Amino acid sequence: MENKTYVTKETKNSIRVDYEGKLSLKERLMSKAKTLNTWTKLAINFFRFVMMLGVSYVILYPFFSRIAGSFMTKEDIVDATVSLIPKHFTIELYRYIIVENHYFDALLNTALLSILCALIQTLVACLIGYGLAKFKFKGNSLIMGIVVLSMIIPHRALRLAILQHFAEFDIFTVQAWGYRGPIELIFGKPFQMIDTMWPLILLSLFGLAFKNGLYIYLMRQFFKGVPDELEESAYVDGSGVFRTFFQIILPLSVPMMITVFLFSFSWQWTDEFYSGLFWTFNSEFYLMSDIYTKIPDSLSNMSLTFAGWPLYQNIIQNTSGMMVIAPLIIIYLFCQKYLVQGIERSGLVG
Amino acid sequence: MSENITEKSLDEISVTPAEIAPSELDSNGLLKKRARKVSLDSRKARAGYAFVMPFILGVLFIYLPILLDSVWFSMSELNFKTDEYNFIGPVYYVEAFTKNTKFVTNLMAGLQQLVFEVPAVIIFSLFIAVVLNQKMLGRAAFRAIFFLPVIVSTGIMETINAGDIMSNQTQGGIDDGSGQSGASQIVSTLDVERLFASMKVGGELVTYVVNIVNNVYNIINYSGVQMLIFLAGLQSISPSIYEACRIDGATGWETFWKVTFPMISPMILVNAVYTIIDAFTRTQNPMIKYINQVYGANPYSATAMSWIYFGIIILIIAAFAGIASTFIFYQRRD
Repeated sequence: MENKTYVTKETKNSIRVDYEGKLSLKERLMSKAKTLNTWTKLAINFFRFVMMLGVSYVILYPFFSRIAGSFMTKEDIVDATVSLIPKHFTIELYRYIIVENHYFDALLNTALLSILCALIQTLVACLIGYGLAKFKFKGNSLIMGIVVLSMIIPHRALRLAILQHFAEFDIFTVQAWGYRGPIELIFGKPFQMIDTMWPLILLSLFGLAFKNGLYIYLMRQFFKGVPDELEESAYVDGSGVFRTFFQIILPLSVPMMITVFLFSFSWQWTDEFYSGLFWTFNSEFYLMSDIYTKIPDSLSNMSLTFAGWPLYQNIIQNTSGMMVIAPLIIIYLFCQKYLVQGIERSGLVG
Repeated sequence: MSENITEKSLDEISVTPAEIAPSELDSNGLLKKRARKVSLDSRKARAGYAFVMPFILGVLFIYLPILLDSVWFSMSELNFKTDEYNFIGPVYYVEAFTKNTKFVTNLMAGLQQLVFEVPAVIIFSLFIAVVLNQKMLGRAAFRAIFFLPVIVSTGIMETINAGDIMSNQTQGGIDDGSGQSGASQIVSTLDVERLFASMKVGGELVTYVVNIVNNVYNIINYSGVQMLIFLAGLQSISPSIYEACRIDGATGWETFWKVTFPMISPMILVNAVYTIIDAFTRTQNPMIKYINQVYGANPYSATAMSWIYFGIIILIIAAFAGIASTFIFYQRRD
């Protein structure tokens, strides 16, 4: 026996069909409600939802408390009855940070530096990852080992050597063997790179900057999942290795590149270690980390007179921290879809 | 052109490719050695070198000198009169173990934290990734919230999180020894202890679970990248396998342990290694904190300590990866 069917609604992904003898909505719900399965499912869904809500609260609460704290006046801080919502609302903290800590200069400089570094790092990680994933050559696994090693040894612990190296940059200088390198022989003295963007650009260019090992690893695993047939057919059609890479593989890997770009951009944005290392204290090139470390002058003079100073100092730092990440959060709200999508569709293999 | 070729017999065709210049031919009209064709394999190998060239150059010209310098600094001391470095041998290395009382203590504290953190982060991130992979109400919003820490909680935010008095009062940080009362923590330690005591499980497990519950904010912050990697791994499992399971009547629980878990096991190794590296190199690690503190007074001694520390990390990771890789299921990809 065949039921007559009518298509009532058709979209790209779903078709809704009515057929003769179809039960009404109420009847269908009633029959569903009789089975135990429906109720267990409902209970599991409810429990899951509540749990996710709880964890979300844990993630978001510090942000709320910091934002709430940033609007407090001195009276609110010493007032024990104020816990989250300030009684005297003020925005003077923001004014001090913007004016005295050169917020907008720092915003521009950091944006420039982060975009530059992130672009270079993404492209370089792409190149290295592709080379490691798709080509067999002597030392392939050795290079992968060095990539992992470069992640294990944090730059923080090498900082003395890194600082010395970039303060007087030469192509191959080891202190123990003396200073003379090719640059010194040609130009008479090594390049001074402190207070410039060059150290970070060079580190990015050679895949050695912060967490670049992770990016290279992610790109490598992504390219391993790309079928070899794709390149083989391109080679058969007469395309060279590099042309194949730039015209076929690179467009394919855009989702993964977006993920890596977002990582490197935001981790460069919130960086304090490299900015503290490569820019001296009285440098005019303000970065986000300067905003965070410096307490505005007109506020710091009350450190001796105000009883709630430790908490207030904490609030000032939290406020500047929130101002540092505010642009990042705005960008994240627009890009978070791509961050997850990029890595989801990547088909990462272990 | 093509007509001409078809008319001639194959033997008659003498090909002189246009791209070979006369200068590349020797007196006998043969190709010189340089211009001879290379095998496909070695040509591909060359291309491979070209792709990884930035990294090779970087390692040779920047990274290796820095490492060598660092080793050299750890074995020398600055002579202030002549402004020169004098080689003194591995004095600081020996001192770290013999004279320095804090080094070994901090090292142990770091290792202890690792034993606590790695299982917690792996279990938590796998669990959340599995949940976020399912269809549920508000999934997009939850994803956005859960991956927020990946983006913002490094560098400056890490320092803020560690020193934040205000929200620590409600998060309840343990381990910092600030002596905050249990009353302000999310879950009172006493409640969890009572719950577990009624289940009759061991005391270590109770403290472990209490630690996790109290540290949940940090664990979330540390497991962002791992969640993403797990999510990618979960997405790469073919839906047809799940379909086959459902047809064969497997429950969700069975499907998870017999299908999802083995398929995701390579990712577990990767994430475990990443978590170990992350835990060891984080600014808030007791050992890194201690090295930073020593750095101010004696950078050379601090460098020596870091080298000992790296040696231990590398040993741990190698041992762990060696053991774990025997348990891992690799899907054959054809």
